Amino acid sequence: MSDEKSFHLAIGSRFENIELVQLVLKDSLDQLGLDDDNRHWIDVAVREAVANAIKHGNLQDPAKQVHVDLALEGNEGHEDWLVIRVQDEGRGFDPAELEDPLAPENLLKPNGRGIFYMKSFMDDIQYGARPGGGTVVTLRKRLNPLEPDDPARPARTRERQA
Amino acid sequence: MKVNVRQRDGVTILDLKGKITIGVGDVALRNAVQDAINGGATKVVINLKDVTTIDSSGVGELVSAYTTATNRGAKLSLANLPSKVSDILQITQLITVFDVFDSEDEAVRSF
Repeated sequence: MSDEKSFHLAIGSRFENIELVQLVLKDSLDQLGLDDDNRHWIDVAVREAVANAIKHGNLQDPAKQVHVDLALEGNEGHEDWLVIRVQDEGRGFDPAELEDPLAPENLLKPNGRGIFYMKSFMDDIQYGARPGGGTVVTLRKRLNPLEPDDPARPARTRERQA
Repeated sequence: MKVNVRQRDGVTILDLKGKITIGVGDVALRNAVQDAINGGATKVVINLKDVTTIDSSGVGELVSAYTTATNRGAKLSLANLPSKVSDILQITQLITVFDVFDSEDEAVRSF
Protein backbone atom coordinates (compact mmCIF):
# COMPACT_ATOMS: atom_id res chain seq x y z
CA MET A 1 0.00 0.00 0.00
CA SER A 2 1.19 3.50 -0.81
CA ASP A 3 0.71 5.48 2.37
CA GLU A 4 0.68 8.89 0.74
CA LYS A 5 -2.45 7.92 -1.22
CA SER A 6 -4.41 6.12 1.48
CA PHE A 7 -6.37 7.96 4.15
CA HIS A 8 -8.78 7.62 7.03
CA LEU A 9 -11.29 10.35 7.66
CA ALA A 10 -14.02 10.64 10.31
CA ILE A 11 -16.68 13.32 9.81
CA GLY A 12 -19.74 14.43 11.74
CA SER A 13 -23.06 13.60 10.07
CA ARG A 14 -23.67 16.85 8.23
CA PHE A 15 -24.12 17.10 4.47
CA GLU A 16 -21.66 19.97 4.16
CA ASN A 17 -18.94 17.60 5.38
CA ILE A 18 -19.29 15.66 2.12
CA GLU A 19 -17.23 18.46 0.56
CA LEU A 20 -14.41 17.73 3.04
CA VAL A 21 -14.36 14.11 1.91
CA GLN A 22 -14.28 15.25 -1.72
CA LEU A 23 -11.25 17.45 -1.10
CA VAL A 24 -9.24 14.65 0.49
CA LEU A 25 -10.43 12.13 -2.08
CA LYS A 26 -9.48 14.42 -4.95
CA ASP A 27 -5.91 14.61 -3.68
CA SER A 28 -5.62 10.80 -3.63
CA LEU A 29 -7.23 10.34 -7.03
CA ASP A 30 -4.94 12.99 -8.55
CA GLN A 31 -1.90 11.06 -7.30
CA LEU A 32 -3.20 7.83 -8.82
CA GLY A 33 -3.12 9.34 -12.29
CA LEU A 34 -6.72 8.45 -13.11
CA ASP A 35 -8.30 10.23 -16.08
CA ASP A 36 -10.90 12.97 -15.63
CA ASP A 37 -13.88 10.70 -16.30
CA ASN A 38 -12.83 8.09 -13.76
CA ARG A 39 -12.07 10.72 -11.14
CA HIS A 40 -15.48 12.31 -11.66
CA TRP A 41 -17.45 9.06 -11.42
CA ILE A 42 -15.51 7.78 -8.39
CA ASP A 43 -16.19 11.17 -6.78
CA VAL A 44 -19.93 10.80 -7.45
CA ALA A 45 -19.99 7.20 -6.15
CA VAL A 46 -18.25 8.18 -2.90
CA ARG A 47 -20.53 11.21 -2.59
CA GLU A 48 -23.55 8.87 -2.77
CA ALA A 49 -22.07 6.46 -0.20
CA VAL A 50 -21.27 9.23 2.29
CA ALA A 51 -24.66 10.90 1.75
CA ASN A 52 -26.41 7.58 2.44
CA ALA A 53 -24.34 7.06 5.59
CA ILE A 54 -25.26 10.53 6.86
CA LYS A 55 -28.93 10.41 5.87
CA HIS A 56 -30.06 6.79 6.18
CA GLY A 57 -27.34 5.39 8.46
CA ASN A 58 -26.73 8.06 11.07
CA LEU A 59 -30.06 9.84 10.49
CA GLN A 60 -28.14 13.16 10.41
CA ASP A 61 -27.23 12.84 14.08
CA PRO A 62 -24.15 15.11 14.25
CA ALA A 63 -22.84 13.14 17.25
CA LYS A 64 -22.50 10.07 15.05
CA GLN A 65 -19.59 9.85 12.68
CA VAL A 66 -19.07 8.60 9.16
CA HIS A 67 -15.72 6.93 8.56
CA VAL A 68 -14.13 6.97 5.12
CA ASP A 69 -11.04 4.89 4.34
CA LEU A 70 -9.18 4.73 1.06
CA ALA A 71 -6.57 2.08 0.34
CA LEU A 72 -4.90 0.36 -2.57
CA GLU A 73 -5.04 -3.41 -2.61
CA GLY A 74 -3.18 -6.02 -4.62
CA ASN A 75 0.23 -7.62 -4.73
CA GLU A 76 3.35 -5.70 -3.71
CA GLY A 77 4.16 -3.22 -6.46
CA HIS A 78 1.00 -4.18 -8.39
CA GLU A 79 -1.86 -2.47 -6.60
CA ASP A 80 -4.77 -3.33 -8.85
CA TRP A 81 -7.70 -2.08 -6.81
CA LEU A 82 -8.72 1.23 -5.35
CA VAL A 83 -10.80 0.36 -2.29
CA ILE A 84 -12.96 2.93 -0.47
CA ARG A 85 -14.87 1.94 2.66
CA VAL A 86 -17.63 4.13 4.08
CA GLN A 87 -18.94 3.21 7.52
CA ASP A 88 -21.76 4.66 9.56
CA GLU A 89 -22.87 4.16 13.15
CA GLY A 90 -26.53 3.58 12.40
CA ARG A 91 -28.84 0.61 12.75
CA GLY A 92 -27.91 -1.14 9.52
CA PHE A 93 -30.15 -1.94 6.57
CA ASP A 94 -31.23 -4.83 4.40
CA PRO A 95 -30.02 -4.43 0.78
CA ALA A 96 -32.77 -6.88 -0.24
CA GLU A 97 -35.31 -4.13 0.46
CA LEU A 98 -33.88 -1.90 -2.27
CA GLU A 99 -36.18 -1.22 -5.19
CA ASP A 100 -35.15 -1.20 -8.84
CA PRO A 101 -35.03 2.48 -9.92
CA LEU A 102 -35.50 1.43 -13.56
CA ALA A 103 -38.85 -0.29 -12.92
CA PRO A 104 -41.61 1.73 -14.63
CA GLU A 105 -43.41 2.33 -11.32
CA ASN A 106 -40.20 3.76 -9.80
CA LEU A 107 -38.93 5.82 -12.72
CA LEU A 108 -40.50 9.07 -11.53
CA LYS A 109 -39.79 8.61 -7.82
CA PRO A 110 -37.62 11.38 -6.35
CA ASN A 111 -35.31 8.96 -4.53
CA GLY A 112 -33.87 5.45 -4.65
CA ARG A 113 -31.09 5.93 -7.22
CA GLY A 114 -27.97 6.37 -5.06
CA ILE A 115 -26.90 2.74 -4.80
CA PHE A 116 -27.72 2.17 -8.46
CA TYR A 117 -25.30 4.98 -9.37
CA MET A 118 -22.61 3.54 -7.07
CA LYS A 119 -22.93 0.18 -8.82
CA SER A 120 -22.80 1.85 -12.22
CA PHE A 121 -19.65 3.85 -11.55
CA MET A 122 -17.58 1.33 -9.59
CA ASP A 123 -16.44 -2.19 -10.53
CA ASP A 124 -17.63 -3.77 -7.30
CA ILE A 125 -19.75 -2.72 -4.33
CA GLN A 126 -20.47 -4.72 -1.19
CA TYR A 127 -22.51 -4.09 1.94
CA GLY A 128 -21.91 -5.52 5.36
CA ALA A 129 -22.53 -4.97 9.03
CA ARG A 130 -20.02 -2.81 10.87
CA PRO A 131 -18.59 -4.33 14.04
CA GLY A 132 -20.26 -2.53 16.93
CA GLY A 133 -23.26 -1.49 14.84
CA GLY A 134 -23.85 0.28 11.56
CA THR A 135 -23.20 -0.42 7.92
CA VAL A 136 -19.99 -0.63 5.93
CA VAL A 137 -20.12 -0.18 2.18
CA THR A 138 -17.02 -1.13 0.23
CA LEU A 139 -16.53 0.47 -3.19
CA ARG A 140 -13.85 -1.02 -5.43
CA LYS A 141 -12.43 0.29 -8.70
CA ARG A 142 -9.97 -1.62 -10.87
CA LEU A 143 -6.90 0.53 -11.47
CA ASN A 144 -5.49 -1.51 -14.36
CA PRO A 145 -8.43 -1.59 -16.77
CA LEU A 146 -9.38 -4.86 -18.41
CA GLU A 147 -9.61 -5.24 -22.17
CA PRO A 148 -12.88 -3.81 -23.53
CA ASP A 149 -14.33 -7.27 -24.27
CA ASP A 150 -13.31 -8.84 -20.97
CA PRO A 151 -16.45 -10.31 -19.37
CA ALA A 152 -15.29 -9.06 -15.97
CA ARG A 153 -15.72 -5.49 -17.22
CA PRO A 154 -18.98 -3.81 -16.07
CA ALA A 155 -21.69 -4.12 -18.71
CA ARG A 156 -22.29 -0.39 -18.91
CA THR A 157 -18.63 0.26 -19.72
CA ARG A 158 -18.59 -2.51 -22.34
CA GLU A 159 -21.63 -1.01 -24.04
CA ARG A 160 -20.20 2.48 -24.02
CA GLN A 161 -16.97 1.27 -25.59
CA ALA A 162 -18.81 -0.62 -28.34
CA MET B 1 -25.25 26.11 -6.26
CA LYS B 2 -26.55 29.42 -7.59
CA VAL B 3 -29.84 29.92 -9.36
CA ASN B 4 -30.51 32.88 -11.62
CA VAL B 5 -34.10 33.40 -12.75
CA ARG B 6 -34.94 35.37 -15.89
CA GLN B 7 -37.75 35.74 -18.41
CA ARG B 8 -37.46 35.37 -22.16
CA ASP B 9 -40.38 35.45 -24.62
CA GLY B 10 -42.86 34.36 -21.94
CA VAL B 11 -40.60 31.53 -20.78
CA THR B 12 -39.05 31.35 -17.29
CA ILE B 13 -35.39 30.35 -17.52
CA LEU B 14 -33.60 28.97 -14.46
CA ASP B 15 -29.83 29.17 -14.90
CA LEU B 16 -28.19 26.72 -12.50
CA LYS B 17 -24.51 27.04 -11.64
CA GLY B 18 -22.34 24.69 -9.57
CA LYS B 19 -23.26 21.48 -7.78
CA ILE B 20 -26.81 20.10 -7.53
CA THR B 21 -26.09 17.86 -4.58
CA ILE B 22 -27.67 16.77 -1.33
CA GLY B 23 -28.34 19.34 1.35
CA VAL B 24 -27.69 22.52 -0.58
CA GLY B 25 -28.14 22.44 -4.34
CA ASP B 26 -31.14 20.14 -4.28
CA VAL B 27 -33.05 22.48 -1.94
CA ALA B 28 -32.14 25.56 -4.00
CA LEU B 29 -33.45 23.86 -7.15
CA ARG B 30 -36.68 22.79 -5.44
CA ASN B 31 -37.33 26.32 -4.14
CA ALA B 32 -36.59 27.95 -7.49
CA VAL B 33 -38.98 25.66 -9.37
CA GLN B 34 -41.74 26.03 -6.78
CA ASP B 35 -41.37 29.82 -6.76
CA ALA B 36 -41.62 29.92 -10.55
CA ILE B 37 -44.71 27.68 -10.70
CA ASN B 38 -46.37 29.44 -7.76
CA GLY B 39 -45.68 32.73 -9.53
CA GLY B 40 -47.73 31.57 -12.49
CA ALA B 41 -45.02 30.32 -14.85
CA THR B 42 -46.37 27.83 -17.37
CA LYS B 43 -43.23 27.41 -19.49
CA VAL B 44 -39.99 26.68 -17.64
CA VAL B 45 -36.53 25.87 -18.97
CA ILE B 46 -33.82 24.62 -16.61
CA ASN B 47 -30.50 25.66 -18.11
CA LEU B 48 -27.86 23.20 -16.85
CA LYS B 49 -24.92 24.62 -18.80
CA ASP B 50 -22.82 25.53 -15.75
CA VAL B 51 -23.64 22.52 -13.56
CA THR B 52 -20.43 20.74 -12.55
CA THR B 53 -21.75 17.83 -10.47
CA ILE B 54 -25.13 16.27 -9.87
CA ASP B 55 -25.88 13.44 -7.44
CA SER B 56 -28.94 11.23 -6.92
CA SER B 57 -30.59 13.91 -4.77
CA GLY B 58 -30.13 16.47 -7.54
CA VAL B 59 -31.54 14.01 -10.07
CA GLY B 60 -34.46 13.43 -7.70
CA GLU B 61 -35.13 17.17 -7.59
CA LEU B 62 -35.13 17.36 -11.39
CA VAL B 63 -37.70 14.54 -11.41
CA SER B 64 -39.77 16.34 -8.75
CA ALA B 65 -39.55 19.57 -10.74
CA TYR B 66 -40.88 17.75 -13.79
CA THR B 67 -43.78 16.12 -11.92
CA THR B 68 -44.61 19.36 -10.05
CA ALA B 69 -44.74 21.31 -13.29
CA THR B 70 -46.80 18.65 -15.07
CA ASN B 71 -49.27 18.33 -12.19
CA ARG B 72 -49.76 22.10 -12.20
CA GLY B 73 -50.35 22.26 -15.92
CA ALA B 74 -46.96 23.78 -16.73
CA LYS B 75 -44.31 22.53 -19.14
CA LEU B 76 -40.69 22.06 -18.11
CA SER B 77 -37.69 21.42 -20.32
CA LEU B 78 -33.97 20.90 -19.78
CA ALA B 79 -31.35 22.65 -21.90
CA ASN B 80 -27.56 22.63 -22.35
CA LEU B 81 -26.85 19.38 -20.52
CA PRO B 82 -23.13 18.90 -19.80
CA SER B 83 -22.05 15.37 -20.82
CA LYS B 84 -21.74 14.22 -17.20
CA VAL B 85 -25.30 15.33 -16.42
CA SER B 86 -26.56 13.71 -19.61
CA ASP B 87 -24.74 10.46 -18.70
CA ILE B 88 -26.24 10.31 -15.23
CA LEU B 89 -29.77 10.84 -16.56
CA GLN B 90 -29.15 8.27 -19.28
CA ILE B 91 -28.05 5.57 -16.81
CA THR B 92 -31.33 5.76 -14.92
CA GLN B 93 -33.36 6.05 -18.14
CA LEU B 94 -34.58 9.53 -17.28
CA ILE B 95 -33.24 11.18 -20.40
CA THR B 96 -36.35 9.95 -22.23
CA VAL B 97 -38.69 11.30 -19.54
CA PHE B 98 -37.54 14.91 -19.86
CA ASP B 99 -37.83 17.18 -22.87
CA VAL B 100 -34.13 17.78 -23.48
CA PHE B 101 -32.70 20.40 -25.85
CA ASP B 102 -29.16 21.13 -26.99
CA SER B 103 -29.62 24.87 -26.61
CA GLU B 104 -31.74 27.41 -24.78
CA ASP B 105 -32.98 28.76 -28.12
CA GLU B 106 -34.36 25.37 -29.13
CA ALA B 107 -35.97 24.89 -25.73
CA VAL B 108 -37.68 28.28 -25.85
CA ARG B 109 -38.90 27.74 -29.43
CA SER B 110 -40.32 24.30 -28.53
CA PHE B 111 -43.20 25.61 -26.40
